[in-house]
Amino acid sequence: MADAAQSKPMDAHIQESGTRRDFLQIAATALTGIGAAVALWPLIDSMNAAKDTLALATAEVDLAPVQLGQRLTVKWRGSPVFIDHRTPEEIQAAEAVDVSTLRDPQTDAQRVKKAEWLIVVGVCTHLGCVPLGQKPTDPRGDYGGWFCPCHGSQYDTSGRIRQGPAPLNLAVPPYQFTTDTTVKIG
Amino acid sequence: MAAAPQQSKIVRWIDHRLPIFTFMRHELNEYPTPRNLSYWWNFGSLSGIMLVIMILTGIFLAMQYTPHVDYAFDSVERIMRDVNFGWLLRYMHMNGASLFFVVVYIHLFRGLYYGSYKEPRELLWMLGVVILLLMMATAFMGYVLPWGQMSFWAAKVITNLFSAIPVVGDGIVKWMWGGFTVGNPTLNRFYSLHYLLPFLIVGVVALHLIALHQHGSNNPLGIDRKGPQDSIPFHPYYTVKDMFGLGVFLIVYAVFVFYLPDALGDPVNYVPANPLQTPLEIVPEWYFLPYYAILRSVPDILFIPAKLAGVLCLFGAIIVLFFLPWLDTSRVRSARFRPVYKWVFWLLVIDVVVLGYCGAHRPEGWFIVAGRLATLYYFLHFIVLFPVIGWLERPLPLPTSISAAVTKKSSAPVAAASSMEKH
Ligand code: HEM
Ligand code: FES
Repeated sequence: MADAAQSKPMDAHIQESGTRRDFLQIAATALTGIGAAVALWPLIDSMNAAKDTLALATAEVDLAPVQLGQRLTVKWRGSPVFIDHRTPEEIQAAEAVDVSTLRDPQTDAQRVKKAEWLIVVGVCTHLGCVPLGQKPTDPRGDYGGWFCPCHGSQYDTSGRIRQGPAPLNLAVPPYQFTTDTTVKIG
Repeated sequence: MAAAPQQSKIVRWIDHRLPIFTFMRHELNEYPTPRNLSYWWNFGSLSGIMLVIMILTGIFLAMQYTPHVDYAFDSVERIMRDVNFGWLLRYMHMNGASLFFVVVYIHLFRGLYYGSYKEPRELLWMLGVVILLLMMATAFMGYVLPWGQMSFWAAKVITNLFSAIPVVGDGIVKWMWGGFTVGNPTLNRFYSLHYLLPFLIVGVVALHLIALHQHGSNNPLGIDRKGPQDSIPFHPYYTVKDMFGLGVFLIVYAVFVFYLPDALGDPVNYVPANPLQTPLEIVPEWYFLPYYAILRSVPDILFIPAKLAGVLCLFGAIIVLFFLPWLDTSRVRSARFRPVYKWVFWLLVIDVVVLGYCGAHRPEGWFIVAGRLATLYYFLHFIVLFPVIGWLERPLPLPTSISAAVTKKSSAPVAAASSMEKH
């Protein structure tokens, strides 16, 4: 009842469009909306990686004990990093590939700092499984690199995607050789 | 409206100020319900009871559980071994999740068969789909909490799905993780949300029930109630029927909890999470298998890469349910009077089972072919068959009323029921 009584004079205003009241109403609604959206941002951003999580970002690795042909897994930022002490044959195989045939074209030289050390993040670029191939007994796929058991992606001896659903090569983390036999990842 | 006169003074005093008793009488005692509901109509109230059981067992599990990557697995093992009746709480919660999905899936297919999504129950149906989505999110996050190998890798693979979104995908995934990969921040927020979402479900269930009580239940004949001769009060007739169904259901539930507690789960989840090693096979819980099959089956579609296409189809498989009230062009609700749809309905059931079967196996050889065909059929069923059958099919003549149809078949029990009503 009250509604009906009030709506009469309101209707009269709406007829003559673009009154002062309309303007105030629209402006107030718009600003409230923007204000609410801005107020949401701290909540959303609180879910992004915190400062201490971001600070945990480097790992030092001693390469001296890693034999030729041996592969080592280290943990960096909670994920495995594959370090492969590649044999001359593996290096050659990686360099011989015609880059234009690759899904994610990169030369082997773009992916290593020293040819005998391949360092890549051991996370399949499809949906994040850890590919097999670190142990000598693991399947390595048709390209001698790594084989992802989840959906069958295959990587070559440069960690490049060769077959299967993954879209990208295994990522190369930022790293530096601090001495001849130590590397700092991150 | 006042409380019924035979009620006590206290009840009347309260009801005058807070009409809770009037409300209950209106929604239970007076709520007119079609007289011909079958046992397929039990699964709504069963879902509600399951929700209550999940919340109760969950709250008590939460008193013992520790959401930290270093302690979560051990705290669940402690619940199993040291906490009094901890094993019961956990097995009820774990198997409860599975049976909750059984009940809700039956409830949903009941709706599909009897056309319960049609005018005027479109919003009721859509709220149901919202509940399903919330349940899926809740169950997924709950499964991560025990922090076993399957917990971890399910979390990793499912969150990684979002990286398929162009441009912003990677940012979204990092945001969901709260770090560089699935880790402690992820476990904590999943716990927080796993606690929250069931209560959101309660809210949506309330809306679902308001929408239900607006027009009342559909029924196996799919025709509207035309007068009092077509209805019986919900209480006591359907409260009793629901109780009986509950008894049968609880027997099944108890068989799982007490005799087959791990039959529905994956033993790999009793291995603590190891971020450096993926289990040989990542399989979701059974209730997600059909969707998982869709996800893995989809190939590159035109310019959309397989990874994105798979994710779109996975979500599309549920989203399409929202549009069903408008995709189905037939105005007859119940499949009983739809000579073609009656059979085609079962193709969807078979299709979902085939998808589930494919989801449980590696996508190799025949499973790829079967998975792709079944995925294609799923969407074809909703987007093509529903409208086309509605146009082409000639429905059978509908009965003139519910009471006419049910009294024709067997007059004796109905006469007894209506004479009881007069008391
Ligand atoms: C819609 C309702 C719910 C569903 C479908 C659901 C589902 C699940 C599932 C599938 C698990 C994993 C079980 C396992 O493998 O161990 C789980 C664990 C858990 N849930 Fe829930 N849940 C629900 C409601 C709740 C509520 C309301 C709470 C807390 C108030 C809760 C607290 C927990 C806790 C603490 C765990 C970890 C302990 C364990 O794994 O048994 N849940 N939930
Ligand atoms: S996660 Fe490696 S192939 Fe899918």
